Amino acid sequence: MYKKRKLDLGGLIIHLLLWIGIVIVAFPFIWMILSSFKSISDFYSFSFLPKKIDLSGYKYIFHETHYFRWYWNSIIIAVIVTASCIIFNSLIGYVLAKYKFPGAKAIFITILCTLMIPTEMLVIPWYMLSADLHWVDTYWGIMFPGMIEAFGVFLMRQFMLGIPDDLLDAARIDGMGEFKIWWRIAMPQVKPAISALGIITFLGNWNAYLWPVIVTATDPMRTLPVGISLYSTGDAGGIQWNTIMCMSTLAVVPMIVVFLFFQRRIVEGITLTGVKG
Amino acid sequence: MIYIERPFIKGGWQVTHVPITTGKTFKTKTPLKLKTKRTLVAYTFLTVPVLFFLCVRIFPTLYAFSLSFKAQGISGFTVINYEELFKDSAFWRSVLNTFLYVIITVPLQMAFGLFIALGIERIHHLKWFYRIIYFLPYITSTVAVSWVWRLMYDKNTGLLNHILSWFHIPPQGWLGDPKEALISVSIVMIWQAMGFSMLIFMAGLQAIPRQFYEAAQIDGASKWKMFWHITFPLLNPTIVFLAVTGVISALQTFTQIQNLTASSGGVAGGPLNSTSSMVVYMFNNAFTDFNMEYASAVTVTLFILILLVTLIQLRVLNRSYEY
Repeated sequence: MYKKRKLDLGGLIIHLLLWIGIVIVAFPFIWMILSSFKSISDFYSFSFLPKKIDLSGYKYIFHETHYFRWYWNSIIIAVIVTASCIIFNSLIGYVLAKYKFPGAKAIFITILCTLMIPTEMLVIPWYMLSADLHWVDTYWGIMFPGMIEAFGVFLMRQFMLGIPDDLLDAARIDGMGEFKIWWRIAMPQVKPAISALGIITFLGNWNAYLWPVIVTATDPMRTLPVGISLYSTGDAGGIQWNTIMCMSTLAVVPMIVVFLFFQRRIVEGITLTGVKG
Repeated sequence: MIYIERPFIKGGWQVTHVPITTGKTFKTKTPLKLKTKRTLVAYTFLTVPVLFFLCVRIFPTLYAFSLSFKAQGISGFTVINYEELFKDSAFWRSVLNTFLYVIITVPLQMAFGLFIALGIERIHHLKWFYRIIYFLPYITSTVAVSWVWRLMYDKNTGLLNHILSWFHIPPQGWLGDPKEALISVSIVMIWQAMGFSMLIFMAGLQAIPRQFYEAAQIDGASKWKMFWHITFPLLNPTIVFLAVTGVISALQTFTQIQNLTASSGGVAGGPLNSTSSMVVYMFNNAFTDFNMEYASAVTVTLFILILLVTLIQLRVLNRSYEY
């Protein structure tokens, strides 16, 4: 054991190294917030702090862009897809774990195999399908590929396997319907897995870029990342750094605040899915 | 009312209702029907999801395959897309770059993640604080942070060149220099991914039983020996997991490159294709040039690469899935 009474030199050195790392890791965020208060002329020459607090970038995105519409789009899409994933993934996981029926194995293997298919391969057929069915530039078009997710099915099945059969049979004896047994008996047993699944699904959809950039066509339908990205590259009169930094700050800072509030849950959830998966 | 449970011959439990003297009669279902009923319920629950997987995953995959063997103006199947692909130096450049991203980012983000995790495990105070800060980049929007890095990389007024000037190092081109651009993109990828490695390593470290260290200590093993003979071997599953997931996501790198290097026209991968990855190459062909057949051939190649990695993973992990 360490001699705690003496000065722990090794520990001090580690603290020092970790602090150096923290400065490197956290600095881009500080730089982003500082830059969002600079005026556009501050970007022509180097300066650490804004020469004076300039809110024109924030005013600009408030009045001249669809920024808050993008925000709203992202929230709607992430919430609906997350709800759908929680319900469908756990229902499929439950059925595959707890029912014995012909074809169960084949269905499970098929779902597992789809895990190997990269999204990049699917976006072209999805886009052609969406174009044919007029789903381009709609919420449904952005959401439909993510409504059920193979990894989530796999994760939920792993957890559902741990529920004792006796518990479900007891409910059956009490005359509960099969659907109700899943919702009222099985689901509460796997709460940690559900919250983990919800967190990774929400994060994944909130930050999704490749598919939303393909399937959205008009500015009001963009999601937040796509909107920021296309605004930033699309401007012909040079890169509007102060506006871009305002957009980034408003996208990142609320995420950080939410993360700080729920950090235990989020960290546990991501560890759980990482280790179990 | 009493319920008797008895094991059914082929596994599973059956419930038989045995009414006793309550004066009422109960409707009882015949035992044989129960199994068919269960199957029916299972299929009712699974119909929509199975249709979904067929329509949104399986058929599109097959379609992408068949599309890659077609070309505009040619009826029937042809391999012309693959011929053109293998002749195109820009494609090979993007394959090379993709491998470089894998080779540069995966080992470094894992090494940093392991060092940070070991450091945090060793100390007694502020553990939660370090964990939160190091993990922050992983959960924040890749698009937003890519633009912040792009600002810091700016050749003339960026922060990084300013810091270099303190040490009298000449300003670097960063994203603007074909020789440095790929490394610059990789730095952003490592910065964002190492928090995830740290988190998984911390979980792996906590799973190692304390008794092993205590036993080693009694035997007089040094810290260094304990690391190489206890910690490192027992972290092996964690290392394999992080390596595989890291390689697969590095093979699919897109968002960082698109946002760090896209010019005002929206075409990324520059300067001189020096940062283009396979997905960027695919994206430019499919959604800038609208040559879907050609782009499909690129995705099929990528699919085969990812499949190889997954198969190696199954072999190395040697994990038996119970179906």
